Amino acid sequence: MSEAVLPSAKPAQPQKPARQLMRFRGRSYVAYVLSPKPPIVEWLAEVDATLARSPNFFAGKPVILDLAATELSSPAIRHLIDNLDQRGIRVLGLEGFDAALLTPDLPPLLSGGRDCAITTSESAAAKTAAAPDKSKAGSLLLESPVRSGQSVVFAEGDVTVLGSVGSGAEIVAGGSIHIYGALRGRAMAGVNGNQNARIFCNKIEAELLAIDGYYQTAEDIDVSLRSRPAQVWLEGNAMKITALS
Amino acid sequence: MAKVLVVTSGKGGVGKTTSTAALGAALAQQGEKVCVVDFDVGLRNLDLVMGAERRVVFDLINVVQGVAKLQQALIRDKRLENLWLLPASQTRDKDALTNEGVGRIIAELRSKFDWVICDSPAGIERGATLAMRYADEAVIVTNPEVSSVRDSDRIIGMLDSKTVKAEKGEQVTKHILVTRYDAGRAARGEMLSIDDVLEILATPLLGIIPESEDVLKASNVGSPVTVNNIASAPARAYTDAALRLMGEDIEMVIPTDRRPILQRLFGRRAA
Repeated sequence: MSEAVLPSAKPAQPQKPARQLMRFRGRSYVAYVLSPKPPIVEWLAEVDATLARSPNFFAGKPVILDLAATELSSPAIRHLIDNLDQRGIRVLGLEGFDAALLTPDLPPLLSGGRDCAITTSESAAAKTAAAPDKSKAGSLLLESPVRSGQSVVFAEGDVTVLGSVGSGAEIVAGGSIHIYGALRGRAMAGVNGNQNARIFCNKIEAELLAIDGYYQTAEDIDVSLRSRPAQVWLEGNAMKITALS
Repeated sequence: MAKVLVVTSGKGGVGKTTSTAALGAALAQQGEKVCVVDFDVGLRNLDLVMGAERRVVFDLINVVQGVAKLQQALIRDKRLENLWLLPASQTRDKDALTNEGVGRIIAELRSKFDWVICDSPAGIERGATLAMRYADEAVIVTNPEVSSVRDSDRIIGMLDSKTVKAEKGEQVTKHILVTRYDAGRAARGEMLSIDDVLEILATPLLGIIPESEDVLKASNVGSPVTVNNIASAPARAYTDAALRLMGEDIEMVIPTDRRPILQRLFGRRAA
């Protein structure tokens, strides 16, 4: 390329924030599951007894209600949740209940929960909900081009491709993405909340770029940058693409 | 040792059947013993292009199901004595094909022929994946335009994952065959250039077949283009490609139609 462009001197393209306003990702947490057994009145009495021994046992803890052993109607469940609420037990989801009977005033129905150990210390629950460890090393090297229709997912770190990424292919990485070739497909970096992840390529003809959930489609990539070596990074919630001289 | 070659593309209508017939005939003209196999069950065309449509008795599905022996289904070409055709069924569809059945047939064909050329249907489902499954080499037919190139890229990805060779950790040897190439349109930017195609697909080039009326003329009379008019531009290009498949090093040129001097002077083609 003939012109000398200093990435730092040239202002980044107009401060157009990335278009997506709502980001959501999947995350797993550890919750306490209470499984009431009929007769409910007796079960509630047991709960009261536990609370008498340690009044703040459930304070601030996320609780799921497993209703598999009961046969309560929706209003009855609502009544039970209100009862628990009065005792300081906040129910955020239900399990073991027929989805068809779910009414809007009830918490959402959950599935796919796996049993796990809960340590009794207060900090344990807080730790598991904390951001996942970002500093884990781990890097995936692909020595051949990524073909259309192929999807490379590597949440543990960076992905490096010695070749091009074809139109209709996608690379999803927890860290940065380095493409020693043309990027014609989608590149999604920093998927686990890593805002410092970047995308580098020899030739930018991408269909979609995303870093930590903020994305930009091909239409929004500045025309002057097309087919040139480029790097993509996140500044706040704006995606910056500059030429690599 | 026989070579099993699959002619595939992903995109439909780019010239797989034409190329299977032309390459098969060109190899046979060089003295190789060749069998072309039609995998497009239900929409068979190879028998038409080979001019054998009135001699089909048994087909690939019959052999897979054990209703007929391979020898009963094979049809010998009338013009080239070492060129044979195994046609597909027209009344059934791809669900009638099985992995084991196809594997058995390919193994038997390997023992009888030098080259087994599998004409893949378009698409990426069962018919296409079975046609490529037992291949040693692949010819990916591509038109120099964007949809065809993207589909070819997809198919190349599948050749690296859905074949027996890929599952064993080996590589299917891949070649790109560019068909319907028009140098004038490429120069005007209306078509992708050969360099563009190769840059996107990153796979070696086997040959460039120019756009030509001879292709349609040949298939209308039921003859591979290399048999019908061996001096025509596409036939010469296919012959070069076949020689390259056999390992010869032929310079890559794009043949043009040789027009007689009078036509060139007056610039008009006789009717």
